[in-house]
Amino acid sequence: MQLLIFNAFCVGAVVSALLMVTTKRPVRAAMSLVATMSFLAGLYVLLDAHLIAVLQLIVYAGAIMVLFLFVIMLLNVEEKEGKLAGKTMLLQAFATVVVGLVMVTMVGLFKANGSLGAAGDASDAFGTTKAVGQMLFTEYLLPFEIASLLLLAAIVGAVILAKRRIDDSGTE
Amino acid sequence: MTETVVAAAGSGWLRIIIGLIVVLLFSQLNALFLVWLERKVAGHIQLRPGPMEVGPHGILQTIADGIKLVGKELITPRSADRILFVIAPVLVFMPVLVAFLVLPFDQHLIIRDMNVGLLLIFAFSTFSVLAILLGGWASNNKYALLGAIRSVAQNVAYEIPLLLSVMSVVLMTHSFRFSEIVAAQHRFWFIFLQPVAGLIFFIAATAETNRAPFDIPEAESELIAGFHTEYSGMRFGLFFLAEYTNMFIVSAVAASLFFGGWQGPFGFSLGLPGLVWFLIKVYILLFVLMWFRWTFPRVRFDQLMNFSWKVMIPLSLANLLVTAVVVKLI
Repeated sequence: MQLLIFNAFCVGAVVSALLMVTTKRPVRAAMSLVATMSFLAGLYVLLDAHLIAVLQLIVYAGAIMVLFLFVIMLLNVEEKEGKLAGKTMLLQAFATVVVGLVMVTMVGLFKANGSLGAAGDASDAFGTTKAVGQMLFTEYLLPFEIASLLLLAAIVGAVILAKRRIDDSGTE
Repeated sequence: MTETVVAAAGSGWLRIIIGLIVVLLFSQLNALFLVWLERKVAGHIQLRPGPMEVGPHGILQTIADGIKLVGKELITPRSADRILFVIAPVLVFMPVLVAFLVLPFDQHLIIRDMNVGLLLIFAFSTFSVLAILLGGWASNNKYALLGAIRSVAQNVAYEIPLLLSVMSVVLMTHSFRFSEIVAAQHRFWFIFLQPVAGLIFFIAATAETNRAPFDIPEAESELIAGFHTEYSGMRFGLFFLAEYTNMFIVSAVAASLFFGGWQGPFGFSLGLPGLVWFLIKVYILLFVLMWFRWTFPRVRFDQLMNFSWKVMIPLSLANLLVTAVVVKLI
């Protein structure tokens, strides 16, 4: 049963990801992205990481809504008839395969190294809000703080960019 | 009584299927009742009787309207994005069903008492906003698009104070689990301990459900009907159904977070079962929501955004900070 659901989610995630990069309409691409993120959230649930799954939905579905808005506003609801770049197609396919191979090799190496936990039943507390919070604020405090600084820098950058545009239009 | 029902329902798949059927039936009946109640409340506030003809005091009026709605033609505008246009009304109803999965109707009457139950509702509520945006965009109509964009701006703004006010309750109970949050209010309801959070939650929830005075996404005097202008028949019906079921859900969450859920006031149950207490509280809150609509005029868009970003968010942040300090000291 679990394998069946896992396979369904995997196929769904890959298909909607493919739809996202091949569709010509920006809004449909954004919607496919939502579908991909939701299927990934389903995979997290199967891994017993309920908090991560829920956060995935809150953060990504919420963020994509804003993305969606920008698509509508910046592209002016016009249908941008794009097509897949034919010349670089081969290069793209090559790059995709190489990245995939690197990923598989790395996982294989980690597994051989023994630093990846063996498959099995997780403990009861695994994936709860308490467990995740404790890990985040003790063992992984430094990466957490670095990530928050990065986000802060991004927010400041966004505010500066948005402000400059208003000033420009005011002076012209 | 509820224990025996739950025991009979068993566990696992059977329980989920029975739960789903009950939830589907309940959400339809609830919406039928709420539409009737809304028209009655509106009528009496405006010194007129409201629907009176179909059934005693017009109670069957919504059923007649519903049958009419089912029989109507489904029109898809020629320039609409067909796939998204059809998906949107289905997508708007999906999160509504998920929310019922974790709502605590009684001590043992929860379909699935999840560890992250409270967050689950908020996670899926973003999908209904997405569906509104999708419907408004796919209609290819300027009124629909304007309504959809307003709806998203409003929901993004009001989701922050909503979540922050919920967090101050979570800080006090150390849990996202509905059963634990309600059980923690055995003596004192959290509305007495967290009045600011309760008020912020209720205002933000009114905005999240696009209810008056925050109903600018469907302001009929300027936008015709907002995001669902182009929808007809049962597709419109689904938007309508989702709106009324959403009202039920926010009231149910408010009742469990701030008004003690299935418990009577100050630990006195007065012999009433938990389910009855819960439903009484939810429907009183629903009545207050309707009362709002006919009491306050619609706010302007800039007032709405200013109120959220400059008043509600700082206030809820301050409330969260005070709660954290007090919880740490005690």
